[in-house]
This record gives sequence, C-alpha cells and structure tokens, in this order.
Amino acid sequence: MTSLLVIIVLVLLAIALWQLTKIFDLTQVGGEADDSQIANDGDNNTQGYLMFGFLAFIYIFTIYGLIKWSSLVLHTPASAHGDDIDNLMNVTWVLIFIVQAITQVLLHYFAFKYRGKQGQKALFFSDSTKLEVIWSGIPAVVLAVLILFGLYAWTNIMFVDEDEETIVVEVYAQQFKWTARYAGPDNVLGKANVRLIDGVNTLGVDMSDPNAQDDIVVSELHIPKGKKVHFKFRSQDVLHSAYFPHFRAQMNCVPGMVTEFAFEPIYTSDEYRQLPYMVEKVANINAIRTKKSAELVAKGEPALDPYTFDYLLLCNKICGASHYNMQMKVVVDTPEDYKKWLSEKPTLVQEVKAANAPKPVEGGVETDSTKAKDTAAIAKIAMK
Amino acid sequence: MSAEGHDHAQDHEHEHHHKDTFITKYIFSIDHKMIAKQYLITGIVMGIVGVMMSMLFRMQLAWPEESFKIFNVLLGDKFAPNGVMANDIYLALVTIHGTIMVFFVLTAGLSGTFSNLLIPLQIGARDMASGFLNMISYWLFFLSSVVMLSSLFVEAGPASAGWTIYPPLSALPQAIPGSGSGMTLWLVSMALFIAASLMGSLNYIVTVINLRTKGMSMTRLPLTIWAFFVTAIIGVVSFPVLLSAALLLIFDRSFGTSFFLSDIYIAGEVLHYQGGSPVLFEHLFWFLGHPEVYIVILPALGITSEIIATNSRKPIFGYRAMIMSILAIAFLSTIVWGHHMFISGMNPFLGSVFTFTTLLIAIPSAVKAFNYITTLWKGNLQLNPAMLFSIGLVSTFITGGLTGIILGDSTLDINVHDTYFVVAHFHLVMGISALYGMFAGIYHWFPKMFGRMLNKNLGYIHFWVTAVCAYGVFFPMHFIGLAGLPRRYYTNTNFPLFDDLQNVNVLITTFALIGGVFQLVFLYNFFSSIFYGKKAVQNPWRSNTLEWTTPVEHMHGNWPGEIPEVHRWPYDYSNPGHDEDFVPQNVPMKEGEVVLHH
Repeated sequence: MTSLLVIIVLVLLAIALWQLTKIFDLTQVGGEADDSQIANDGDNNTQGYLMFGFLAFIYIFTIYGLIKWSSLVLHTPASAHGDDIDNLMNVTWVLIFIVQAITQVLLHYFAFKYRGKQGQKALFFSDSTKLEVIWSGIPAVVLAVLILFGLYAWTNIMFVDEDEETIVVEVYAQQFKWTARYAGPDNVLGKANVRLIDGVNTLGVDMSDPNAQDDIVVSELHIPKGKKVHFKFRSQDVLHSAYFPHFRAQMNCVPGMVTEFAFEPIYTSDEYRQLPYMVEKVANINAIRTKKSAELVAKGEPALDPYTFDYLLLCNKICGASHYNMQMKVVVDTPEDYKKWLSEKPTLVQEVKAANAPKPVEGGVETDSTKAKDTAAIAKIAMK
Repeated sequence: MSAEGHDHAQDHEHEHHHKDTFITKYIFSIDHKMIAKQYLITGIVMGIVGVMMSMLFRMQLAWPEESFKIFNVLLGDKFAPNGVMANDIYLALVTIHGTIMVFFVLTAGLSGTFSNLLIPLQIGARDMASGFLNMISYWLFFLSSVVMLSSLFVEAGPASAGWTIYPPLSALPQAIPGSGSGMTLWLVSMALFIAASLMGSLNYIVTVINLRTKGMSMTRLPLTIWAFFVTAIIGVVSFPVLLSAALLLIFDRSFGTSFFLSDIYIAGEVLHYQGGSPVLFEHLFWFLGHPEVYIVILPALGITSEIIATNSRKPIFGYRAMIMSILAIAFLSTIVWGHHMFISGMNPFLGSVFTFTTLLIAIPSAVKAFNYITTLWKGNLQLNPAMLFSIGLVSTFITGGLTGIILGDSTLDINVHDTYFVVAHFHLVMGISALYGMFAGIYHWFPKMFGRMLNKNLGYIHFWVTAVCAYGVFFPMHFIGLAGLPRRYYTNTNFPLFDDLQNVNVLITTFALIGGVFQLVFLYNFFSSIFYGKKAVQNPWRSNTLEWTTPVEHMHGNWPGEIPEVHRWPYDYSNPGHDEDFVPQNVPMKEGEVVLHH
C-alpha cells in the first residue's frame, strides 16, 4: 500500500515537473520557437526575479530560524571562563551577520539587476588595485582583532596555573562509560596504567603508589561550586572526547596519554535549574515528552519519565557502536555538600580489600593475577 | 613551436588511419576527453551511492529506530532487522558517505573530470603529457571504487570509524565490527585511490608547464587551469602523507607495530601496543585532510570563475588577485591542519599558532568572494543553469565560509567541536559549494563533452530545488550544533536534553529527502541528453577559451589542423575596442589595440 502511494506521489511529481517546464517555456518572450537550450531574454528575466526571490528566501529563513530556534541553543555558561567564550562568540556572530547580510544582498541583487538583455553590452571593468586593497585590508584588520581576543581567551583557559589551588579529578573513558577518580586529601592522583587493571581496580591504579592510597573511584561526577577543578583525562581503549557543553569545556581522551582541562563551576545544579531560560526549556521539553508519552501509552508502551535538568558529560568523539549513549551525570554541589558527598565514598584501597577478602582464590583468577604481574612490570617502565 | 604543432597534426592524421576498436575507444582509451567522461560517469555513480546513504541515515535521525521497509530491503536482515536500522550500520553509512563524497565524487569526480577535459583543451595541447599514465590513473581509480563498494558487502560491515578513521577505533576489530575486513578494504581502496590521484596530478602539472600552445603564457591561462594546476600541486604535496599514514595503520593492524597505539585494554585484555600515539595519526591524516578541502573546492572555484566571467559577458574582476589568492590559499592550506585538533590533547600553544594561520585564510577567500560579486556588477548576465549554480556556489561559499571564523578560532572551537555546527559548516563551504561547482561545470561543458545540450528548463528546476533544499538542510543544522548536539550519534533519544531538537531534525530530513529525490531530474537530463539532447553548436556560450575552437565532434589530437596560437588573455568580454562582446584568445590583437587589463 505504501509503495503504491509512493509511486503515485512520484508520478504526480513528474507531472508537476513537466508542467513547470511548460511554464518556463511559456514565459519566453517572442513567438518563435527557441530550443537552443541557451538562456534568452525571457529566461534571464525569470531567473533574475527568482534570484531576487531566493534572496528573500534566505533572509526570511534566517529570521524565522533566529526567532524559532534561538531558544534551543546553549545559554548562560555554567563555568567561570564560559563568559569569555560566549562574549567572543557573540562578537563574532555580529560580524558574521553583517558580512552575510551585505554580501548575499549584493550577490543576489546584482544577479537580478544586471540580468542580461540582447544587444546590451557589459561594462569592461577588469581590475582595481584600490578595491583589492580595501577588501583584503578590512578583513585583515578585523581578523587581527578577533585573533588577538581569541588567543588571549585561549591562553587563559588552556594553561592551568600550577600554583593555583585546584581540585584534581581524573575522568576515565572506556567504551561506553565514564568513571571518575578523586585524588583524595593529598590532591595527587596515584599513578595508573591499563596494564594494572585487575578486578575492582578497573582504572589500573598502581596500588603500591603512596599517592594512590587515598584515591576514590566513583561513577557519578560531583564538583563544588566556586572551586577550580583540574580534570585529567585518560582512555583505556579508543579515542573519546569529554564534552561538558554547559561548562564550555571539551577535551579528547587519548589512550596512552593524559590530557587536561580546568574550569570553575559557578552555578550549582539546583541554581542552574532555576535559571529562567532553563525553566522554560525544561517545560518545553516536558511538553514534548508528555505528547510522546500519550502516543506511547496508546501503543501499550510505558510512558516517558518527566525530565529534570542535570549537567552532563557526553562522549563527543566517535568511539564505537554505542557512542550515542556514553554519558555521565555531573552534579555541581555547594562546597559543603561536595565535602560531605566525597567523605561518604570509600577509597579504592578499601574497595580492593573488601573485594579480595571474602572470596577464595580460584584457578582462573590465579592465572589472571600472574598475567597482571607480568604486565605490571611493563607498566612500571611505561609510567616513567 | 608552430612547426612542432604541425608535426603533431601530421602524427594525428597518421594515427587516424588506425580504426579505433570499441575497447580502445571507450574502455582503455588514452584520449583525455574520453577519460574525463569516464571519471565523470564513475563519479556520478559513486555520488548516487553516497547521496542515497545520507538519505538513509537522515531518516534514522528524524525518526529514530522506526521501522522502514526500505532499510530492510537495502541493508538486509542483519543490519536492519524488521526495518529498524542497527547502530553499527548507521556509523558505517556515515563513514562511507563521507569517504565517497569527499574522495570519489568531489576529488576524482570533479578534479578528474574537468582537469582531464579542460587542461589540454584550454592550454592548446593535443592531449595530456602522458596519455598512458592518464589511462592507468583512471583505471586505478575505477579499481579503488570497486574495492570501496565491495567493502559494503563484507560480513561484519564496512569501515565504521568515521571518514577520518582515527585509530585505535579503526585499528581494533574488537572496538567496532567495521574495523575488521571492512577497514582493510577501505585502506586498500584508499591506497589505490591515492596512487591514481598522484598519477593524475603529476600529469596535470607536467602538461600545464610544458604543453601550453604558443602565446599561452602563465598570465594568459584561464583561471580554471590555474585552479587545476595549483590543486594538483597540493595533491602531490599532501596525498603521499595520507598514504604513509594508511601504510603505518596497516602495519599496526596487521603486523603488530605500535605507531598509533599504546596502553590499550579492550574486551577484557591488555593489548601489547606500547609507545604509539593516536595524535600522531591525527597530524598525518589532517596534513592531507585539510589541504583535501582545498583540493575539493579550488577546482570548483576555478570552474566558477570561468563560468561567471563568460555568462556575465565581463572580464573576471581582478584576474591577478584571483591567481594570488589561489596561491595564498594553497600555501596556507598546508599549515592549518591543526585546527582540526585544538582539543586533541596537543600542546595548547600549537593551537594558538594554528588559530593564527587558519584565520588568515579568510583574507584570500574574502578577496575571491568580493571579486565574484564585482564581476556581476554592471554585467549582462546570461542566467544559464551553469551560471545559476556558480552564483549558488558563491552564496554557499560565503555562508559556509563565515562560520569557519568560529571554528578556526580555538577558543570558540572548544564548545562546537564535533557538533552538528561543524557538519553544517563544512557541508556548505566545501560539500555543497564543490557540488555546485561540479554541476556548473557539467551544465557548461556538457556540449563539449557530448556534443549535445542539456535541457535548460530541467536545469533550472534542478538548481532551484537543490538551492532551497541545501539551505533547508544545513541552515537549521547550525542551531542544533549550537545546542551542543554531537555528530555521529545514532539517535538522540537517550538525552532528554535534546528532545526539543527533534522537530528541527525532522525538518532537515524532509529537505534532505526532497533534495535527494530531485537529483533524479539531473540524472534524467544528463543521461537522456547524451543521446537525445539538442545538437550543440561549436561555441554555444560565446566563450573566449580555446576549447570552443575545437570541432563539436571529438577527435584525437583535438584540432584538425594546427593548434591555434594565443594572442590575448581569456577574459576579453565586452572589450570596448571590439564589436562582438567576446574576443576568443586566438584572435590576433588589432592594429594599435592596447591591453586594457593588468
């Protein structure tokens, strides 16, 4: 049935097209048959007007988009450096819109205005050094300003001051989940290598490293408001990218090396939920979900949960079949809540002890651990 | 030189006594015009595959995990059980779509077709410097296309690590099924492709330098030839680097080396790799990958320059500035690759350097855009379909190019990197623009290739629907990118945060499907006009360049008699000293005529 409908639609389309070509034929001036397939005055006229119409299309579509979809884009950065990025972005947007508006008008208006007529001769205007200097000079100056502002912001964001007091957190990527490791009271992460992965020590932390003794491994990321968090990223298998859209932060996670990014959250999760733009966005999303739920329930499927906003960490580098579902909830707490939350978490050392204690050692596990010892030796060398 | 030309003519006559067999004429031809047609038709076939793939995955994005019978028909029970697209085949479709469109359609299909067709014809040569190498080049390309398409049929599916094939994902079959034999075939295909491309490029360079006819100085070359020439140089400089990256990746995959891999724990075991770096691969890949963008767009801009000048009946504005900007773009294109890697983990200081070089490219690009617009000013525009596509190219090149200012700025790239904003940007600035350049070239030189005209009204319909749909697809995509939606997600339904983007995705897909289906108008026009189109006259667009001085019927050696001598630049349109509004390059200067341009 559907295929029949599709065929009917295609046939109708073909007829519509055939009629359209007829109309184009009829618009040609002069009675004489012209099948040279070269544009004549009639074509130039029609196409010139269409060019003008297309200009209107671009403008209307742009304005429509700005009105209708502006509310979708990321708003109010949740990190201290986010404003630097958003301000530069807004300045760049203003420039882009000015240039876009002017050039598209000129291009399409000229295409309309100077549509050809038989016997008319064009102006022979081959070059002008003055004009070339103007339109290479102006972009050069504008770009120089953008580059300077960009590099200033980039340097501030990317180079973490070693003296600055930060909280060190490792974000660990694997197909298709995120894990976090806190450095504990000493604020130094213990050494780690994938060759040391063993049982509950899923991140390959070197348990003999003194710095590792107070490390804490968790599956939900909590960070305190108002403190700069220094993230160190690792990956155990393929490239991933740790993308925190609301914090304007992103860094790839590369197997075999540690990458880093630091930012300071300035809104707790609760505060961010209360922002007027977010309240509106969540209401809108929930309206969509309610509608979808009604459809699902009618089909006998379970309804969708209502949505509350949470900061997210997404994977933004293709990493395998389930790349589209690699996410971790990020919670920004007040410093007090953060301390409380972290203090309730067991350290990795405690977890390893707990895991090793009750279970009798089986044959299979034994071979595993000898293998782990072998690779541990390589890992020691690798970590140097 | 003229005596030599005469000799060639004699050779040619001698040659003509041999009867061409079907095989030497249509298959293993060494005639550049036939090879151009072979490239074009292969490119179109690959283009159909590439565009259809994009329509399939766009349907999945608009209506995630819904059942479509067509998925089951095309992808089979394994990859689309009950008509629902599986997540690994989604990634495969995205990967192969990118590979086919960038390399097979917009590099080989565009450059291969028009460099082969136009270089000998426009510089006044009887053929390429080496017709044999040219033939080998095409057949290697054909072979690589066959290998690439055959990779669609291997059991675990084709390569699925994205067209950038970053290791370790592309190196480890444990990481994604497509990295098994599918990836092997991908690499083999690309190695063949690169060999084909290098043979072609060397041929173009040698031909342009050595075989120009008398009077055809470098500053009298049409801008098409300048673009093809510089493109070939970029190709020769950068493609070998991709070849070496591909070879090293083959070593890592098959022989256990660790160039790009280190410290990997996957599927419950530690792999032996130690000391390599995926970032090294990214450097090598983008050392080609970024110039590749210009390998795609420069020929399109060259074609546009020629078509806009001819159809405006005006000289291209700022001929020398155009050459300078092509050279500047070519030079800069080789030192900006790091802007794809701002957040790859490389030193942020390097990011600053690449921001600087990247934003510089905007200057020659702006010069080109303004020069095109000025060429239209006070012209006598003949709005043929080729001209519409050329104007369309300038429009999308500006729209897409401007957002490059955001992506090229490392600070702004942090938050839009790898989102749909990037997809919108590069599709407009190189995808759609280059495709428009290719269409413009086809509409303009179809009479030269096939001796017949394309139907103009079908051409108009083709352009307008494509133009509306191209904006309809890629303009809204900027917004969902700015909303933080990552690309290469099979579905967004796991993120309620993105639920409000679904309507936009449906709109995008609707435009994509309409635009895709309407390419049938072009295909019908193209293939029916080869046989039934109106017979072309010798110089239908009243153009100045030498290709229109050859007879409509193709012949070996291009010109029946001597090769014409060139007396002027190619842009003497509406020259006030002449009655006609065009003065072909082979028309001698009048007594006392002054050169009116720089």
